[in-house]
Formats: sequence, structure tokens, C-alpha cells
Amino acid sequence: MSGESGAVRLSAFDRALLAGEEGEAPKLAMRILARMAEVRGAEAMLDIEAAHIDSTIYVGDAGLEFAERLAGLGARVRVPSTLNVSGLDEFHWQEWSVPPEWAEKSARQMRAYDSMGTIPTWTCAPYQGRATPRFGQQIAWGESNAVAFANSVLGARTERYPDLLDICCAITGRAPAVGLHLDENRLATRVLRLVDVPEELAAADDFYPVLGHLLGPFAEDDPVAIAGLPVVPEEDQLKALGAAAASSGAVALFHIPGVTPEAPTLADALGGREPVAVLDVGLPELRAARRELTTHAEGALDMVVLGSPHFSFAEFGKLAAVLRERGHGRASAEVEGCELVVTTSRAVRDLAERAGLLEPLHAFGGRLMVDTCVLATPMAPGITRRLMTNSAKYAWYSPGLLGAMVAFGSLAECVESARRGRVVREPGPWD
Amino acid sequence: MVVAGSASGAVLYATQPLSFWGGYDAASGRVTDTHHPLAGATAAGTALVLPATRGSSTTTAVLLEAIRRETAPAVLVTRGVDAFLALACVVGQEMYGRSPAVVAVDDAAFERLADWPRLELRDGTLVRVDG
Repeated sequence: MSGESGAVRLSAFDRALLAGEEGEAPKLAMRILARMAEVRGAEAMLDIEAAHIDSTIYVGDAGLEFAERLAGLGARVRVPSTLNVSGLDEFHWQEWSVPPEWAEKSARQMRAYDSMGTIPTWTCAPYQGRATPRFGQQIAWGESNAVAFANSVLGARTERYPDLLDICCAITGRAPAVGLHLDENRLATRVLRLVDVPEELAAADDFYPVLGHLLGPFAEDDPVAIAGLPVVPEEDQLKALGAAAASSGAVALFHIPGVTPEAPTLADALGGREPVAVLDVGLPELRAARRELTTHAEGALDMVVLGSPHFSFAEFGKLAAVLRERGHGRASAEVEGCELVVTTSRAVRDLAERAGLLEPLHAFGGRLMVDTCVLATPMAPGITRRLMTNSAKYAWYSPGLLGAMVAFGSLAECVESARRGRVVREPGPWD
Repeated sequence: MVVAGSASGAVLYATQPLSFWGGYDAASGRVTDTHHPLAGATAAGTALVLPATRGSSTTTAVLLEAIRRETAPAVLVTRGVDAFLALACVVGQEMYGRSPAVVAVDDAAFERLADWPRLELRDGTLVRVDG
């Protein structure tokens, strides 16, 4: 029964916050933080330079009451703090079928966090915006995929901050000095070794969600290294990998030798130690993992959904190219029941709009959903029974959250399936 | 003990971690993660024994909502400290003056719990209750 030592070394500033010298909101936030520092067995607290607040998602009145309690106490964030998705597309929710009472509460939760001096990014991919953290920076981020990206790809340092705690860190500028904030806990202890994976497959977008899906259960919550990758992945591929691994597992940090910043070599990633576990992964394991992401193998679709994590500018470029290549139109009139929906941030939508990347999507009759995600909102009820997606995170959570059957596929397969209103498979590097 | 309390409940045991977001319905107190062996089970009022939570950082908000609605388990037992569950309970105490008790056990103790029908938390110790 660890964590009861109570030996957290609080600074003079921490004690001042606890005493209420900076106001009631920092006092409450520091009381929760100090208690959690004790639970984690932290010896001290440290300063953070930024926060990403996942507590914005409305999942019930408790989260709303907590947000309004803090806002009512006059809470202000002490460090630049971006906001994760909310339950609502703030300015367009009326175009979807959202119950008004739910919309009202979700909007109240948005306003509460907005009132604290935060940056209203409303995105689960804050690392693809202007507030991207720097290498080595101590930050307190929520949202599992964002945590994996910040630690692994950027080399910033954050624990997996859960809802309710991220905002306490932002209000105080402090966090317990534990876990991935500290050098010694950032070395890989496990290695996933890719064996004989063809370059063509490793270059494919749909390889990374599948690899992440395998990585999650193997890594448990330890830092893990991926060896034997024959290509250098793109940013969006690393994003998909982290999101998948943080859904099927609790992965908060992965290293890829020669790719991610703390792993020039595999020996560096391991700190010169032997791994405690090695998992060899070849084509058979990858194919099995890909099949596991699909629960709806064939037949008609209600919705094709892209963009978890939120679609990037580069991904809109790829989607526009595929739509242009395939012809914008649907294959026949009867497939109009199948929606094509892309979830993204308002900032990326605006950029894509200005670059003309949204025209093919509009021509197709596809829809954008910003500020939120199909998993966090009732904005798309009734049309989500049979889903197809290129996101392992959507594929993982949709059955539990939406009661949906899901097909996982590549971007091209998703577009072609939307055109035909049913699951379409295409020959490719998986065969 | 991570979060103090005295409580008892039927043991609901699994060796797979659970994400409460997408995995626990705060309205009914049931496990809804279709990937999880406890899917469909009612966890409200039980002694829920899990190795840990997994995945989403929204797990805490879902458990806090269950605490508000009184659909949370009575006791949460994890293998090692699970900070997500602990946090929801710490905030539950701040907001509503109540929460499940949270207990962290080592590997051996975790395995022993597998066939306990019920358990009671007595002065910080887990006690097997039969029948």
C-alpha cells in the first residue's frame, strides 16, 4: 500500500497556494494536487510551462459542476493552456441533431474553461497548432493521444494527466515531480521488433494505427522502443501510431531509433540496459491486428468518419487528392444515406478552406465537424450504427461509446466506401 | 490504502485494465466496454478489482459522474496505485463529500482476490467474506 508516506516537499509557493494566499481556486487546485502528489509518492512538485486541458469534454453534470466551481472561484490559468475537444461544435451544432439540454450544458462547460484565460483551440491535436511544446519542456497535458505525441515525437515531458487534474496544474503552474517528468523514467524498458516488414507496407498510412493497436497491450504503461522500422514515418503517421497505442493500452512514450528525439539509437532508447521484454512482430501478427480493428467486415455503411485525432492540414491535402482522383460524386443515388464526416479543429478547417482543400469534400456532400469528435458528442445519432474509419482510436471506442459496428481501412478505402455506401476493400501492401 | 473508507461489496474481478470512458456507463453503473471480460456486468456498489485503468484521460470524469449519481463501485482495488481512479475519488470527496474507497495491492494479493465472493474493507485491510 504505497503512497501513504505523505513526504511531499512543498515549496513556499505551494504552501502559499494551499493557505489561500492566491485565492480560493488555486487553493482548491493545490489541495487536490498535493493529495495526488502523495498518492503518486512524489518527493516534490515542479514548475510546468504549459498545459492542455482535456476536462473540457462534457460527459455528465459532475464535470460541469467541477468546472463551474473553479470558474465561480475566479480561476485563471498561470501557464499557456490549450483546450481539448468539447462536446459540441460551438457555432454549428444546430445543423446536427443535438438534444438542446445536452447542448446547453456542454456549452456551459465550454464557457467555464474559456473564462479561465485559456487558449480556445478545442482540439485533440494541439501539437499541430501554434502552441506546440518544445523539446525538454515540462508540461501537463491531458488527452491520451496528445500525451503520447508530446512525449514521443516532440520530446516534451508530461505524465498522462487525467481530466480534473490537468486544470489543477494549469491553475497552479505546478505538477508532482514523478513519472515521465523525470529523466530516469523515460528510457524504454520493452522493445517491439518489426521483422521482415516490407517498405511498401511501412510507408502506408494504415500501417501505423495497426502497429499502435499491437503496441498498446504489449507496452502496458512502460516506455517502449520500436525497432526494425524500414522507413522514416511522417508526422501524421506518428500521430496515428500514438493515438492507437494510447487507446488499446496506456502508452505515453514510445521511441523509434533514428526518428524520435530521445532515441538516436536503440541503445540510447534503452539507456544501455537490456529490455525486460521483446516482442517480435511480422506480417502475420500485423494482419491479425488489422482484422481485430474491424467488427463490420462487409455490407452497407451509415457513416465514414475521418479525423481522430483531428485531421491535419496535410491530411486534408491527401483527402482532397483522393477525392479528386476518384471523382467527387457518389457511385449511385441510393448511397446518399452514407455520410462522410471529417472531424478537425476550427484553425485547421480555416487553413484548409483558404487553401482550397475543402472544395472536393463539399462537392462530395461530405461534412465537417469542428471543436469536437463523434465519440464526445451526440451530434451524429442514428447514423452511427455501421461505421468505417481510418482511425484506430475511432475503431476502438465506437463499439462501447456509440454501440456501433466498425470497419477499419485506409484513407482510399474509406473514400471509396463512402462513394459506394458499403465496405470496399482494395488490393494493396497488406495482401 | 490510497483513498480511505470502509465498505464492502461483491467482488467483480478482471485481469484486464479498463477505460471508464467508453467502458463504464455512469447512468446505469454497468461495464460497457465490449473488449472487456466484464462487459455487461453491473459494477455499482461492488468491489471492482482491476489491474489498472487504460487509455483515455476522461476515465476520471466518468468515475466522478458515477460518484455524483451514486452508481460507482463501493471499493476499487488495483494492482499498484492507479492515479486516475484515486483522482476521481479525491475530487469526489471535495465535490460531494463521498467516494469509493481505493486500495492498491501487490501482485500476490491481487491474484488471491480472484476467487473471493465478497470482500470487506476493515481498518484499511481487505477481508474475505464468504456466502
